[in-house]
Amino acid sequence: MKLDEFFVTGEPLVYGGMVSIVLVTSAVIFLLTYFKRWGWLWREWLTTVDHKKIGIMYILSALAMLFRGGMDALMMRIQLAFPNMNFLNAQHYDEIFTTHGTIMIIFMAMPFLIGLMNIIVPLQIGARDFAFPFVNALSFWSFFFGAMLFNISFVIGGSPDAGWTSYTPLSGAAMSPGPGQNFYLMGLQLSGIGTLATGINLMVTILKMRAPGMKLFKMPIFTWSTLVTCFIIIFAFPILTVALALLTIDRIFGSQFFTVTGEGMPMMWANLFWMWGHPEVYIVILPAFGIFSEVIATFARKRLFGYHAMVWSMILIAGLSFLVWVHHFFTMGAGAFVNSVFSVSTMLIAVPTGVKIFNWLATLYKSKIEFTTPMMWSLAFIPSFVLGGVTGVMLGMAAADYQFHNSYFLIAHFHYVLIAGTVFACFAGLEYWYPKMFGHKLNERIGKLAFWFFVIGFHVTFFPQYFVGLDGMPRRVFYIIPEWMPLNVISTVGAFGMGVGFAIFVFNIYYSYRNSEREKTGDSWDGRTLEWATPTPVPFYNFATVPHADKYDAFLDMKEKGETTFEEEKLEPIHMPSNTGQPIIMMAIAAFASFALIFEWITLAVIGLVGVLIMMGIRSFDYDEGYHVEVDEIKRIEREARGL
Amino acid sequence: MRHKRPHLQKWLALLPLSLVFLLSGCSELTVLDPKGPVGQSQKDLIVFSLWFMLGIVVVVFALFAFMVIKYRNRPGRNDKDYDPDLHGNTAIEIVWTVIPLIIVIILSVPTVTTLFDLEKPPESSSDKEPLVIYATSADWKWFFSYPEQDIETVNYLHIPTDRAIEFRLSSADSMAALWIPQLGGQKYNMAGMENTLYLQADEPGTYDGRNGNFNGEGFTEQTFKVHAQEEEEFNDWVQETQDEAPELTQEEYDKLLAPSVMDEQMVFSNTHLEWVDHGTNDGRDYAIKRHRDAYQELLHLENEIKGDDKHE
Repeated sequence: MKLDEFFVTGEPLVYGGMVSIVLVTSAVIFLLTYFKRWGWLWREWLTTVDHKKIGIMYILSALAMLFRGGMDALMMRIQLAFPNMNFLNAQHYDEIFTTHGTIMIIFMAMPFLIGLMNIIVPLQIGARDFAFPFVNALSFWSFFFGAMLFNISFVIGGSPDAGWTSYTPLSGAAMSPGPGQNFYLMGLQLSGIGTLATGINLMVTILKMRAPGMKLFKMPIFTWSTLVTCFIIIFAFPILTVALALLTIDRIFGSQFFTVTGEGMPMMWANLFWMWGHPEVYIVILPAFGIFSEVIATFARKRLFGYHAMVWSMILIAGLSFLVWVHHFFTMGAGAFVNSVFSVSTMLIAVPTGVKIFNWLATLYKSKIEFTTPMMWSLAFIPSFVLGGVTGVMLGMAAADYQFHNSYFLIAHFHYVLIAGTVFACFAGLEYWYPKMFGHKLNERIGKLAFWFFVIGFHVTFFPQYFVGLDGMPRRVFYIIPEWMPLNVISTVGAFGMGVGFAIFVFNIYYSYRNSEREKTGDSWDGRTLEWATPTPVPFYNFATVPHADKYDAFLDMKEKGETTFEEEKLEPIHMPSNTGQPIIMMAIAAFASFALIFEWITLAVIGLVGVLIMMGIRSFDYDEGYHVEVDEIKRIEREARGL
Repeated sequence: MRHKRPHLQKWLALLPLSLVFLLSGCSELTVLDPKGPVGQSQKDLIVFSLWFMLGIVVVVFALFAFMVIKYRNRPGRNDKDYDPDLHGNTAIEIVWTVIPLIIVIILSVPTVTTLFDLEKPPESSSDKEPLVIYATSADWKWFFSYPEQDIETVNYLHIPTDRAIEFRLSSADSMAALWIPQLGGQKYNMAGMENTLYLQADEPGTYDGRNGNFNGEGFTEQTFKVHAQEEEEFNDWVQETQDEAPELTQEEYDKLLAPSVMDEQMVFSNTHLEWVDHGTNDGRDYAIKRHRDAYQELLHLENEIKGDDKHE
């Protein structure tokens, strides 16, 4: 392979991307060397198994991916508003909507939420870490390297260009030769391992490591949403793993699972993809529901309404999410009966979801609403999500879907649920738990400015798309007829509004780091759940003494009784896991093997795979049992943190 | 910020109203301006559901505005209507579970009946046999074969009005979808299998048709025009085509199958079904076998101004 085939050439935008990658990388290396921070980076972050630090790394990566995916979105919007400028050609446009979709779902929404779960769930249930801290680090690095692998495709080898759904036969070797689609397959496969492992890890953590007294139906609602999500992950992700593996074997080794030739079955890909893909959208929406529930209860200063109904509706949604996948391709011609069944099951999801909406509204009833920034995101979610929800029901009506399918009506719908649901929740959750993570709040004034730009921009972007969709504008076209121009220009204006909102949000992180008042107690918002019982910053062992939590809103109960997580007479040495470099090394080798497989360098891939196996062997004979934090040490840390 | 809040809520409440105004302009929107019974039944279903959705939106928005305005924490608010421990009410929870369930049932009935109706030719033309047209997608163009008339068109379509068209959908390579928004919804074209889609035009006119499903670089350009004509006019066109159009040879057809964007329209006095039907298992890999290498070549398509002419 020649060098000019290895690197992507001929696109000014891509050259710009290369230059900025080189510049940013050099700057980071220079700063780390200049401030002599390499050792710190390795000891404190790259080898950590602390769930809080891993969560922060998840969130930072997700924010970077939100930036990348957002830039893709803005480029698409520029192209559609000014088609005659030829900003993007057809091929480049295809690559960009593919990476936009994939990155936003796989490398932004999920890691962001998993990051929040990482930090908050152990704190909410009174645990000192995950059940398997080593695996947690492994999960993060598999996601991180998967994401990097996917992202590097636009400068090396070429981006995938068959849409985030990667439908066969288009994405097969015959019609999409070259490394582009392989990047998609291996990037998802590598990070998928991490997601599956996290699902198991969190499930075990929640089931086995709750504070004494905390029955399942006393758990905070965010923890419940995480538990339900874990079950979806565990049942859905293996399907993706298998589908990706089959397509990889198709593309690289010439099998015929999804090909047009050799009696392959291209339709099977769509089925497998959406058997994972539909549960996947609930993987990113249920934790969002959990976050909103926490935030709304906290700032309404009122107990969550209908807790049991909330939990059961999530379980019901999770169950139904596996029974609706065909609604993504009603138009495949499965016949009236099949479409009827999936139509009804799809619309049924609206019932438990509606119950949740009404429960949030009822939580606001007779409450005392404080308009903090996280609360504003949560409030904005309700009406916005309802617009996405009702159009979802319309899309679920299969006979009408023949007209909505693949149109901008669909685009508007899923952005209304994914942005108003997941993205608003990410912002709400980050701002809500920010003081717990970093020891200071984000500035409220700047936060609200970002909020207004983003929310108004969001509606301006996507509301017109319902109408342009009904006017027959299909998705994934790179230029449009004049009739669709006005609404598209409005969309583009809105998209830039969202971009400004995001920029202000990021600026707020910097501004607050410099200027915000440091937290003095651990209870920043007068919270209700156990994470607020810990001091801020949270000691690495979380809880000096684990409280007895047999009431819903356990911390509220503790505050009434005057209990803390530092009961000196109950202190015992705490067993903690040691840091280890094995996860990052193992996943770096796995990433190397994947990279080799992407370019179909089989020997190198095998060498990499052997390397991974060797690392697994080393891990198996690793007898490091961790260490104990002695009582005196705990006392010292807690007294300092609590200002005693 | 806080004092501006009620103001905002008023505006939020206006949102569903604006929806109504926008809807009044909806007769302009293609999907809501159908020209045949299939599109009409889909439009009816959409409008039917829209009223329920609008109702739900109005109710939720009103409740939301009420809660947010009434229960905001403001100076001097008394604690009489503050109940921090209120956490359930079985009666009301049953109400807001059952009502959505009823709405889902009400929406399911017309959905299911329409679904079954769409599998048959429209009733309004049941006195006539449907006209069979094989619609074959090939990267990135459309072949329309009229087996009974023994003619074939490329990238345009003539159909008679007031008569059901029975499209037999298939693809020579990637998956596409035949979509003529003003006549009705889409269905996929796939290699090696055949889908049936019934459409019908009641009004003569020229309608936009396209591939609705992304299938690679030339996707945007995979469009065609549908000329719906009175029966007599259509028969004249068929006659004229049979008399004057050239024969399509297999050699020429194979060339046309190569992945490319084609602006011109073509017409022939025979059909490619004589040697291959891509909708059968035998025909599924016909194009790939002949053009495997061609799929690697990029076309470097840009939006040229002529792109706009094509759509008029």
